[in-house]
Amino acid sequence: MISNLNTYEVVESENVSIWFKAAAVVKFPKNGGACVKYKDKQIAVFNFTREGTWYACQNLCPHKMEMVLSRGMIGEDQGVPKVACPLHKNSFSLKTGKHLNGDLDRIATYPVKIEDGFVYIGFSE
Amino acid sequence: MKTVIVVGNGMVGYKFCEKFVAKVDQGSFKLIVFGEEPRVAYDRVHLSEYFENGDAERLSMAPREWYQENNIELFTNERVTDIHRNSKTITTLSEKTFNYDYLVLATGSSPFVPQINGVDKDGVFVYRTIEDLEQTLAYAEKIKRTVQKPKAAILGGGLLGLEAAKAVMDMGLEPHVVEFAPKLMPRQLDTRSSKVLQVKLESMGINIHLSKATNQILGNGHVIGMEFGEDDVLNVDMLVISAGIRPRDELGKSCGLKMGTRGGIVVDNKMRTSDPNIFAIGEIALYNQMIYGLVAPGYEMAGVAVDQIIGLEATTMAAEIDMSTKLKLIGVDVASFGTPFMPAEKGHSIIFENKTESLYKRINVSHDGKRLLGGILVGDAKDYNMLLQMYLNEMPLPKNPENLILGSRSGEDVSFGSAMDLPDTAVVCSCEAVSKGQICCSVKEDGHESLKAIAKATKATTGCGGCKPMVDDLVKETLKSLGKVVKESVCEHFEYSRQELYDIVKLMKIEDYDSLLDEVGKGHGCEVCKPAVASIFASIYNETANRQETIQDTNDRFLANIQRNGTYSVVPRVAAGEITPKQLLAIGRIAQKYDLYTKITGGQRIDMFGAQLHELPLIWEELIAEGFETGQAYGKSLRTVKSCVGSTWCRYGMDESVTFAIDIENRYKGIRSPHKIKGGVSGCIRECAEARNKDFGFIAVEGGWNVYICGNGGANPQHAQLLAEKVDKITATKYVDRFLMYYIQTAPPLTRTAAWLDKLDGGIDYVKDVVINDCLGIADQLDKEMQHLVDTYKCEWKEAVENPEIRARYSHFVNAEEADDSIEFVSLREQKMPKAWV
Repeated sequence: MISNLNTYEVVESENVSIWFKAAAVVKFPKNGGACVKYKDKQIAVFNFTREGTWYACQNLCPHKMEMVLSRGMIGEDQGVPKVACPLHKNSFSLKTGKHLNGDLDRIATYPVKIEDGFVYIGFSE
Repeated sequence: MKTVIVVGNGMVGYKFCEKFVAKVDQGSFKLIVFGEEPRVAYDRVHLSEYFENGDAERLSMAPREWYQENNIELFTNERVTDIHRNSKTITTLSEKTFNYDYLVLATGSSPFVPQINGVDKDGVFVYRTIEDLEQTLAYAEKIKRTVQKPKAAILGGGLLGLEAAKAVMDMGLEPHVVEFAPKLMPRQLDTRSSKVLQVKLESMGINIHLSKATNQILGNGHVIGMEFGEDDVLNVDMLVISAGIRPRDELGKSCGLKMGTRGGIVVDNKMRTSDPNIFAIGEIALYNQMIYGLVAPGYEMAGVAVDQIIGLEATTMAAEIDMSTKLKLIGVDVASFGTPFMPAEKGHSIIFENKTESLYKRINVSHDGKRLLGGILVGDAKDYNMLLQMYLNEMPLPKNPENLILGSRSGEDVSFGSAMDLPDTAVVCSCEAVSKGQICCSVKEDGHESLKAIAKATKATTGCGGCKPMVDDLVKETLKSLGKVVKESVCEHFEYSRQELYDIVKLMKIEDYDSLLDEVGKGHGCEVCKPAVASIFASIYNETANRQETIQDTNDRFLANIQRNGTYSVVPRVAAGEITPKQLLAIGRIAQKYDLYTKITGGQRIDMFGAQLHELPLIWEELIAEGFETGQAYGKSLRTVKSCVGSTWCRYGMDESVTFAIDIENRYKGIRSPHKIKGGVSGCIRECAEARNKDFGFIAVEGGWNVYICGNGGANPQHAQLLAEKVDKITATKYVDRFLMYYIQTAPPLTRTAAWLDKLDGGIDYVKDVVINDCLGIADQLDKEMQHLVDTYKCEWKEAVENPEIRARYSHFVNAEEADDSIEFVSLREQKMPKAWV
């Protein structure tokens, strides 16, 4: 399953070539996340209502390679928005993907935009 | 720019780099490091953990990028072969040459392999590096395939040998420790403590052979046994040698540095060798004619060498090095400090020994009874830190020094006093050499007011972590001395304790998380405060986890227990473990239909594992149709009330325990609390329901029920304590109602009842006062609040299944109907289990 990890690479907003129309805004819980399928990828998308921001990252937790991050609680650590993995509470920055309470690999993050009540995720391929 | 070359990338070599970059401005020195092993420096002390998790990365002291970030040039897999002192250069095996201004030798040691006939046979290994372990592991796998019940011997019963025995046991081999001396850990333990340790280890399946001198290693090509005397043979399939260390001092020898007669490079108290530009630190340094094989002195040497090189010449090594150690050996605490064995002419010893509990405590006291000289602890070393400090700082002993190891009996003052009594110079964290004064000063002057902040600022507690409780005490006590209230605040978003938040929510009638955060908190919350606040809402309003689902832990959010591969397990309530054949058939049918792994739980019910998210409402719909309701196995809430069969069937039963347990479980079901709650009801004092290791328990006796509270199993098992004797069912229930409600309102988050009671001023007597004598005048209110929770119970799974909006949450993808295809199972004893983690 390690090979899974390599399929997730950070996409910066300037490199977006495809805006994938994921789902309607109302399908995402407030201040929580849901998982979006794009090709063979699983992307966790978070509706950070308190900040008024949306974030997307890989659904795969790099600790034990489980597809669970979208079910984690979100929050903030000294101003850094983060998601805590539901399995072992490893927290990752939603902005940079950095592991905040240890030395795990960075997770891949993706740009999100909202248009006409729909959530779009940016991919480069 | 001057160049410093470090030869050796082990723990001490790494520590040198860490201390060096912390003190030196980038650009003023160039630091080059050579390591002979392929990996970057890793934690050898915890090598046996590699077997538990197979994760070499986790052992590393710092990732490779750390060296880059700090401009350290790191060469691994590159052995330094020569030092040319005249030209101040070194050459490596691949014939590269480098210049140095200062050279630091930190080449460590290699395992000592005694000259025994046959030591070169296949299947003989040493225990030092990850590569050693990998080879050992590969060989173990091989023999496990060819030999039935394979055995492995460990030559050497010292500290490392016993660690190796644990590793061998984890590999699935039968471990045999062979020691030349008549006792285990001969350097640290006296004969009696060693015997206590031996009995304990034997009970865990480790065979121990003492006073054995190995004549030869038997076998044709590969090891098949060890011969001690003529007819004294031990058949083994593998041998791990752990018979001590030898300094890797060959570089020093070949370039003509002054050496010790039995090896080691001679250094002065500045860690300088006979060449002023060359330093030696760690296990190759011969200081005071001694080699120090412990990490703490090695780290201290690294610090001295750093200061000397950057010109802080006042820093030198202490004249006497403390060799005190505390460790957990195969789960057993072992510690020795000061002079562990002491001749009678120097003082006398106070010894406490209890072999049935595997406990041994010895302290050595001066003749005048005023000073602690040393001691040994086996089985329980929680007092080690304080004893060590008393010894190091020559603190006066209490009048009855035996209290130091026996605890206070007959209500005398507790003997230890507070960590604040230590002198400022007392080194509290020996791994990082941080003194009490530094910690208190960092609290007072730099405003580091939490354990986390202190750890970041001073590095205290970041080594072995053994000093954590003491540092925590120091931080709290210092804050108190400054007149600051020590807040047990929930997290950075709420500067209130859980109890305070509970009162705020109740008084201000706040009903959702965001409002609470806006009213009395700051920022956007986190995974600590969200579930804590969710639990408070549940306790006050009895709202289920369905309403504010994103502040719940994943288990509460999806009303099921998340398991290893992200699937969930399902547990219907089976109150008191009483179940009809019809219900059993229904569970069997449903589990079979959804291909779930089933197991009986410790709480007398049935757990069904391996359900995917989208299957949960389908499974529950069927369970509810069969008359089941949720068992809240996922919640910090009442789990089960375990019962024995009681007087209905049992010839010894004093009362109907099953009936009582069913009533109680139905009374408290669904109630959420700071942590999980478990109950038990036993029909007689034989106590088959184990009610005394539950948060609350009832035991039928002649004339009524005895009520016990605040017991638990878990990591720190604790027996429940007696709250009331021989009371009727109604009174017993009323007391437990009040106790639970009081606990729910006052406990910190994630604190079981036993831990709550431990910290409660006045302990069980105070609980009795509140619950039975109503000393706070809140009994009526507690009764009402509990009755409210009982009256407003609803099955949250029924709610979820019937409400389309809640039900829609049970889909792995928000934009696709399909299931998660990454979930894989393998078969196990005619059922299934998650595929192993990679």
